[in-house]
Order: sequence, then structure tokens, then C-alpha cells
Amino acid sequence: MAFPRPRPARPELPRQRVRTLQCGQGAVRAARFNADGNYCLTCGSDKTLKLWNPHKGTALRTYQGHGYEVLDAAGSFDNSQLCSGSADKTVALWDVTTGQVVRKYRGHAGKVNCVQFNEEATVIVSGSIDSTVRCWDCRSRRPDPVQLLDEAKDGISGVKLSAYEILSGSVDGRVRRYDLRAGQLYSDYIGSPITSVCFTKDGQCVLVASLDSTLRLLDKDTGELLGEYTGHRSTTYRLDCVLSEQDTHVGCASEDGHVYFWDLVEGSLVLSLPVGTGVVQSLAFHPRLPCVLTATQGQVTLWREETFRPEGDPD
Amino acid sequence: MAAGSDSEEEEDLVSYGAALQPLQEGERIKKPVPLQEQTVKDAKGRYQRFHGAFTGGFSAGYFNTVGTKEGWTPSAFVSSRQKRADRTILGPEDFMDEEDLSEFGIAPKDITTTDDFASKTKDRIKEKARQIAGVVAAIPGTTAFDDLIGPSKITVGVELLRKMGWKEGQGIGPRVKRKPCRQKPDPTVKIYGCALPPGLSEGSEEEEDEYQPENVTFAPKDVMPVDLTPKENVHGLGYKGLDPSQALFGVPGREHLNLFTGGSEETSNLLGDLRHSKGRKLGITGQAFGVGALEEEDDDIYATDTLSKYDTVLKDEEPGDGLYGWTAPKQYKSKKRPEREFKYIGKILDGFSLASKSSIPIKIYPPPHLPRNYRPVHYFRPVIAAGKENSRLQKALEESSGQLGSAAAQQSRHALDAAQRRELLGETGLKGPAPSVLEYLSEKDRERLKEVKQASEQQMKAKPVAQQSQTRFQPAPPEDASPKWQMLLGGQLANAGSSDFKPFARNPEKQKRYENFVKSLKQGEKDALERFFDPKMTEWERGREQEEFVRAAAFYRSSSSTLSSRFTRAKYEDDVDKVEVPRDQENDIDDKETAVKMKMFGKLTRDKFEWHPDKLLCRRFNVRDPYPDSSIVGLPKVKRDKYSVFNFLTVPEPTTSATQATNKQIQESNSLNKPKKPSRWDMSDKEKEKKDSISEFISLARSKADVQQQPPVPAPEKCATGPSETLPTEVTNDGKDQEEESKRPPMDLFKAIFVSSSDEKSSSSEEESDEEQQPTTSVTESEATKQVDKPDSSSSSVRESVAAAADPGASSLSTSKQELDAAEEFGPKLPPALSSGRFCKLLDRKEKHRKTREKHKAKKEHKRKKEKKKKHKKQKNKGKHKNKKSEKDSSSDTTESSDSSDMDTTGLSPKELLRR
Repeated sequence: MAFPRPRPARPELPRQRVRTLQCGQGAVRAARFNADGNYCLTCGSDKTLKLWNPHKGTALRTYQGHGYEVLDAAGSFDNSQLCSGSADKTVALWDVTTGQVVRKYRGHAGKVNCVQFNEEATVIVSGSIDSTVRCWDCRSRRPDPVQLLDEAKDGISGVKLSAYEILSGSVDGRVRRYDLRAGQLYSDYIGSPITSVCFTKDGQCVLVASLDSTLRLLDKDTGELLGEYTGHRSTTYRLDCVLSEQDTHVGCASEDGHVYFWDLVEGSLVLSLPVGTGVVQSLAFHPRLPCVLTATQGQVTLWREETFRPEGDPD
Repeated sequence: MAAGSDSEEEEDLVSYGAALQPLQEGERIKKPVPLQEQTVKDAKGRYQRFHGAFTGGFSAGYFNTVGTKEGWTPSAFVSSRQKRADRTILGPEDFMDEEDLSEFGIAPKDITTTDDFASKTKDRIKEKARQIAGVVAAIPGTTAFDDLIGPSKITVGVELLRKMGWKEGQGIGPRVKRKPCRQKPDPTVKIYGCALPPGLSEGSEEEEDEYQPENVTFAPKDVMPVDLTPKENVHGLGYKGLDPSQALFGVPGREHLNLFTGGSEETSNLLGDLRHSKGRKLGITGQAFGVGALEEEDDDIYATDTLSKYDTVLKDEEPGDGLYGWTAPKQYKSKKRPEREFKYIGKILDGFSLASKSSIPIKIYPPPHLPRNYRPVHYFRPVIAAGKENSRLQKALEESSGQLGSAAAQQSRHALDAAQRRELLGETGLKGPAPSVLEYLSEKDRERLKEVKQASEQQMKAKPVAQQSQTRFQPAPPEDASPKWQMLLGGQLANAGSSDFKPFARNPEKQKRYENFVKSLKQGEKDALERFFDPKMTEWERGREQEEFVRAAAFYRSSSSTLSSRFTRAKYEDDVDKVEVPRDQENDIDDKETAVKMKMFGKLTRDKFEWHPDKLLCRRFNVRDPYPDSSIVGLPKVKRDKYSVFNFLTVPEPTTSATQATNKQIQESNSLNKPKKPSRWDMSDKEKEKKDSISEFISLARSKADVQQQPPVPAPEKCATGPSETLPTEVTNDGKDQEEESKRPPMDLFKAIFVSSSDEKSSSSEEESDEEQQPTTSVTESEATKQVDKPDSSSSSVRESVAAAADPGASSLSTSKQELDAAEEFGPKLPPALSSGRFCKLLDRKEKHRKTREKHKAKKEHKRKKEKKKKHKKQKNKGKHKNKKSEKDSSSDTTESSDSSDMDTTGLSPKELLRR
């Protein structure tokens, strides 16, 4: 106790392009790590969902069954199931090994922009352009959602879950946090249409990306603005924002083909990764490592920190 | 020796009984069966137990139950649908055991002669035996009592007949000489119809029977006589109406009523049927009555005629009477013949005969003679109002009508109105008053009537003015119109709450007087008016006011209660006019926007609602249900009026509809690079709010400075940053604003502008709405200026973007285009699909959206034009614009600086979080 804690090693940022996956499934709408970060999912505009080992660059499986382009996907905590939301207005629950659709949830009136599993993969929460968030039960065979969160006045662009919260960002410029434990709904007005929302790892803050090319870090409890990050361009597209594995940095994809990283505390632009010429469509940060997946123009790139040596690392 | 002695001994011994079986080796000696186990069994090997249902019988079920060893099994249910007819009626035999039905049981099944069939001889034997038994018995003569008690089966008549030599099976009457086969009918039975000529009948008889001993007589045949009563009425068969003559003794009216029943009467008399004998019967008989206490027999009261009682085939087999179904009355055969000649000359059909008696001519009653003064108009009985002078007459009427005392209410039955009847019946009244015709007579007419009357009265009694003021509104004589309306109003104002309807709210004194007036009217006070009038008022004023009050009361009633009386209330409280509205709404977007602009996130931008998660969701998330008792899911809803202003006030967000959303997005994208400004749409919304008085309440949160609108936005920032040089600009700006307020051109100018513009361009609806809103009130006027003020600052950006759009190579074009795309797609767009196909796609989009873009551009230009117009009208706009620009620059500076300061102050908390 008397000793001060050893200063943690300075967190690194992924700066090195390690591997590029040519997905071959049209535009990659989303690239997502699984729960432990060893695999990734890519959502293609050719109605397929692909499972990869991005570290080795191997495609593991292709999941077909959606009727239109897949817009978001997520893996369960035990890697046994996947869920995906599609522009065909359905949410699908997949079995990883068989590649079959276990269940399909119909009920959204529009494209399903985002899907998330809860911690135990018992509930899928999906946000749609129809301005609703729906909570689907994975356990029962109920066709209708467990609960419908229709407070948003415009499409839902991003949904995130914590152990007891549902965070949704809507194009109506509000971030809504449904606290199941407290039975409260907190609605924070941002003003600009929100493209992506994110919990920090410690669950105390909320990162919000909006179409006014600004990232905002809000205190979860009070809704106060903790930080604002600008410099990228996000005016049109639904682009992802991320937090680094240790909450030290804030990242966001940009329409100018870069991925920008800011220091969370100082708010200064630390890094801009030149990913490609087109819009960086999706961005995913590894849950434990300084490792980033970027998706642009039908290909997914894995980025690691500079000290990373792909030969030496078995990962 | 021994053996020899043994054998000898054996021979000598005398053995009794059967020898026991020699015991075999290893065999156990049998135990004797104990007494309790020595049971008796019946022929079928069943145990016979000494209990039973009827005779103490033996095998009554299973151990004295009705069941068997397997349990009680009811007879299998058989649907009565198929076999409805054979409904079995269970007799006692059905519950008996076999033993009961055997020869010695209580219900032996073997065939025995019953009493009905037992012959008298047998009886005689039995009687003899009984007599012998009686003699032999210990107490002689005891059997004699049995005879006394025992009922005799044979009636006295039969006994008498027997004594006379009648035997069963024979007919009754003197013995007949002639024929055994063709028996003469009962002498009492008359032969109807045409009698055969004696010679013919004799001859035929002689021919038929070869041998007829002279001295042999035969008993008459036992036949049932035929009742030959003709059916001369239209009643059903066998119906016999009331015979009033029978009810009275000795009324000799029967013969002429029953002309043809003579024969049947005789037969019935002979057969001992005394039903119709004169004088024997008391009371009235007939099928209209049941069995009275005075009637002796009660047989056949509910007799049902069945078809089986009737012959369905005409048969030859009634030779006894020789009528062969001919049932003409006997009178025809001789009497009526001479009459026939002069009555009717013509052929008579076979089987028909002339009527014996001409039908009774229909009696024609002459109409009553009308009295001379008769007028064919019905006059209703005069309603006698309860009054002193009328009471006697009323009484007399009551007495004359035979109604006493209690009939008073009935007497005035016709005088009751609906309400009184309702009261009497104990029904609940309608919600509103029953609408009467008088109601629809306009109040004005009524008033006019009254006025005329009063005027005439006043003329008649020319009294001093001072007195007049007293008397003018005195309760009018009963024929006056005023009590009429008083009644009308008074009754109907019962449900008119004085609090909710305030016609004279502007004049509190008057309103108070009106309320008093209404109240007293409700209580039925007639002098309500002059009591509450202001004594200072002139007479004319009073009259006017009275009229006003009456009219107001009538109006209130007619608007609220007459309508309600027209409609039936719904049985259940239905919420057709209610909608479920979330109790809490995210509102006040303007305040939030200003807060966002100032980067004052937190309380200002946060809405906190009670939210009920689904129970299952809580379970799935492993979270305790925060509201375990509530059944609500989601946001708690409240019921509100569907068309309430509040509904629209609390949903002021302009993004509710899709078009609004897109429009808003356009504006947002227009002003993307700088802090958001409230758009025109928001303003128009605000205006709408402003118009309502409730929104004043909302805007109360904003301070008075809200009227000036501009200053509060930059003010706190400036205060926060605190550079002294910015202050003067702000001050000047304020001053400018106030100046602008004072210098604003008159309303007519606005009207002129906007009316003309609306004439010019009626394409865009929003403009129209704007223009409609413009000329309403002074509040909106100020709003309009505000509205002009605000977009002015943003209009620069609009113009910039438009200007940029003019340059095709500029990036801003693409952004604006993309904005348009985004606007069309309702939200952030997905990035373009493929690198190869991207550009062509973009091009496609370009092509596709050129039109839309142009449309939008046109719109923008249109807007700009409009704004320009406004600017034209407002001279100082340019200067102000410059001012704004400078202010904007400064504000951007300050925002940046405030950013850094914000970071400094608030950046600490994440640090702390990170350290954890």
C-alpha cells in the first residue's frame, strides 16, 4: 500500500498493417471481433456473413441465409452462436459450427442496423431504421420481442449492451440508456444524428459519434460532457467509433479514408491511420490487444502495434 | 391266539357310525371348519348372507352394497338421442334381486290370475273358505268384519242387473224374439233416417233366416249407443261451451237449444250417465272450466283426443242399428216432409236433405240515433288541475268513476309530464334535460314576448320610476313568460356548473352576478334577478343584463346538456377521445439545443424517465426487476385527450415525421460545420407553441430575455471566458436588438408583404403556414422578427453552401449531395459498396439526385428569396448581419477556448476512472 503502483506500460496504438483480408463478399458493412478477439466476423453486402481468423488470415466459414446485405453481426460469449442483422429486416441467430440459422426474428419494419448479444447470449438486442430497439429472446421460441423500445423518434444507428444497460443511439440526436437495474431511461440530447455509441470498458462513460464530425465522451451518470474529439469527417455515413483496449484512446473511422485516434483524456489527435481511399466503413478494436480491424471497399485490414512481430507471435 | 381273539373281539363289537378314514402317513389332521365359516350358498354357489334390500334377501350386491366386487358400475350411458322413445320407467322390480322375483319372493313372476280376471265362483269358494275359517277360528265372526271393510268391486247397478237376469256380455233390455244374428237394437236407441218399409224388411229377414223357432228369445246385443248429436257449431270436435241455463235451476231453455240431443240424452240417462240430467247438476260445466268443488266426477278432464279413438275406415259392421253411418236426425223422417214442398222445389243432391228449420235470420240492429247536437269530434276528459275551487269537482269525478282516495294520482295521470312519470317509476333521469319544443323556441322570441308584456303592463300601471325599478322585475303573474323560462332554465341548469362556464370572465363583477343569478335560479328563486343587480345600474342596463344572463345560461345549457341528452351514454367508459401518451416526453428541444451549442451537457440535455423493463428481460439479464409490482412495460403511459393541446405541446420535436426529419437533416447538414442553430422549422414550431397560452408556461423557463432571444446564447460563454473586450460587442448587440424591437415596422407592412407573397407562391405549404401564422397576434409578430433574425445568421452558411454547390469540383458539392442522399435515406448512409463500382454508383447517384438536388436547391433559393424579401423590408438587416458575423467569429473563438477550458476542468474525471 505504501508503494505506489507501478506505472502501467504506455499503451500503444495499432499503427502497423499486419494483414489484409480480401473478403470477396461485396462491400464489407461491418467487421467485428468475437468475444475474445481471436476471430472476426465480416458482414457482406452479398447477403453473407463470414467468420475469419484475422490473425492468420484464414476464412473459416460462410453463413448464408439472409435475404439482403448483412449490416451488423455479433458473437456470443462462448463462441457458439452468432447473431446478425440484415437489411432484409430480420435478425438471425446462427449456430457457429453448423452454419445454420437457428432462429430468425422478424418484426422490424426496416433495416436492422445493429445487433448485440447480452452477456449470456440469452437476449439479442437489435436496433433498426424503424426507430425501434427490440430485445429478442434466444431461449424461448417466442416470435415477438421480449420488449420493444420505441422511444426513439428516428432510426437507431447503434446499440450497445452492458451487464444491465441498453445503450442506443438514434438519428434523432439522442442517446438513450435504458437502465434495467434502476428502471430508468436516460435520454441525452446530442443534437446531431448519432452514428455510433460505445461504453467505455469501465462502464462509466459513453462515447458518442455523431454526424457533426464530433465524438463526445459523456459521463454516464450525469450526462456531462467529458471530452470532445474532432478532426475526422463524419457527415453522411454511419461510421463506427471505438475505445482502445484500455480506454486510453478514442478512435473513429472517417470518410476521408483514415482512422483517427485521440487521447481520451487530453482530447488531442494522436494518430490517423491511412486505411484507404474510400470511406472506412467499419472499425473494431480488439478487446484485449492494441489491434484494430478496419473495413473499407470490400477488404478488411488488421492493424497491430508497431512492436508486434507477426512471425514471433503465435496469435 | 391273540390274533384269533382279536378277530373274535371284532366280531363281537358293535360299531356305530361310519368309521373314520384311516390316517395316512404325514398327513396333517384336518381342522374342523369353525361355525362362523360354515356358510350357506345358494344354487349358483354364491354366498347367501343374511341381509338384503327388500326381503332381507340374500345376495344384495357386494357386501350389502349395490355394487359388485369390481365396484359399482353404473349402467352404461346410452344417449337418448337415438332411442328417445323408449324411456324406461323403472319399477321396484328393477331393484329386486332374483330371489325376490322367484316363486317365493315378494314379486313372483309366475303367471297368476289377478283380481280383475278372477271369476266370481272362485271368489265364492274363497268366501266359503273364509267363512269356514271364521267359524273354525278362535274368535268366531272375526271374518265378518273383513266383509264390512273390504270394498265391493261390483257396483249396485250391476248387482241389480244381475238380479234381473242380466249376464255379462249381454245387452240390456227386454229379450228379443226375432233374430239372433240381426239383433234389434236397443229399444231405447231410436232409428234415424228413413225407415225401411215394413214389408221389405220383413221379407228380407224371412229370406235370410230359414229357421226361426217361435218361442226363442234372444238377449239384446251389447252395444254402445251412438251419440247422434250433429255438429252445428264451428267449435272443435267434442267442445261443449258454457251453458248458462245449466247453471241455473229449472230453466226450461234446453229443448230449444238442444234440438237434436234428445236421443242421446235418453241413452245417456239409461246408461247411468247422469251428467246432463236436469237439476242434478250445480254450477256451470263445460270445458272452459276445470273441475269445480261442486262437481262430483273428475274423470276425463284433461282427456286428449287421439286419432285411434276414431274410425279411419267406413265399415259395414254396424248392422245392429241398421243405420250404416246414416246420421240424419230422426225428425226428418216424417215431420218435415210437407214443408219441403213449398219451401224448396228442386233437386236435392244424394245424401243431402233440406234443412229442417230455416236458419235464423240475422238480426239487424239499427244504428243508434245520434243526438241532435252531436259533433264527430272527440273531447278528452277535462284535466282538472288541483286547486281549491277544483277539489270538489275532482272529488265528484272520482266518485263518479268509482275510484276513491288513491285514485288521485291516477286521476292526474294525464297531467304528468315525463319527469314526473320518471320519478314515479323510480327511473334515473337522462343526463341532460329532456328537450322540449320551447327550448328550440329562441330565447329572443321568448324574451320579446315577455318584454312586450312587461311594456304593456308598465304602461298600464304608470308608477314612479323608483317603484318601477322595484317592480319591473317582480315575479310576473302566472301567465307571464318569465316564470316559464325560469322554470325552463332552472330545471336545466341543475347540472350546469357555474365554475366551468364563465361567459363574463372579463368582467368579474358581472360574472359574479351571473353566477349568483344561476345559483338562485337553480334553487328556484324567482326574484333572483333584481336581488343581484347592481343598484347603481340604470333600468335599461338591468334589462339588458338580465337578457344577457338568460341568454348565456341558455347557451350554456344548449351547448352542453341538450347535446348530451341527444346521445345515449356509452355503457362503458370508452376512451375514444383519449390516447395513451407516454407520461414523460422528451421536450424542450430548443433549450437543449442551446445547451448543446454551449456544450453544457448534463442536466440541461438529459431527460430522465421511469422505465419499466420487461420481467423476462430482467431475468435474462440477471437483474432484479426494479418494479416488481408494476405491470407496465416501457414508459408509463397516461391517458390524455386525443385532441388536447398538451399532446402537441409536449411533442415539439420536429423529427416526428419523416419529412420533417429530412428537412431537419438538410438544415443540420447545412450547418454542420458550426454549432447548430435552430432551424426555421423549429421556429415555426415555437411559434405554434407561442400562440397557445400554455406555452407561455413553458417559455417561462426561459427568461424574459427570451423575447430578445439572441443574447442568452453567447452571454454565459462570454461570462465564462470573461474577456472584457467582448462585452461591449454584446452590449451593443443587445442595444441593437432592443432598437430593432422598437424600430420594427408596423403590422400592416408585414401583412402586405406576406399576403402578396402568398398570392405569388402557393406551392410550398410551409410558407403558407408561416404566413398564416404571421398576422395573428403581436406575439407572433415578435416571433417573426426573431425568426428572421435567426436564420439570417445561418443563411450565410446556406448561401455559402449554395455557392459551393455552384462549383462542381468542390468537395462541398459532394457533401451536400451526400447530405441529400442521407436525407433521402433517413439517417446516416451506408458507405458506398465497391471500389470499382463506387464511382459509377456515385455518378448514378449524381444523375439520380440531380433532380432532387435541384428541387432542393430551388427550395433553398426560394427560402433565400423569402428571406431577402424580409430583409428588404427590414433596412437594418445588413448592418446587423455584419454584426452577427463578427459576433459569430468571436463566439467561435470563445467556443474553442471554452473547449479547452472544458477539457481542463472535466478531463480529470476520466483520468480518475482510468486509474482505477
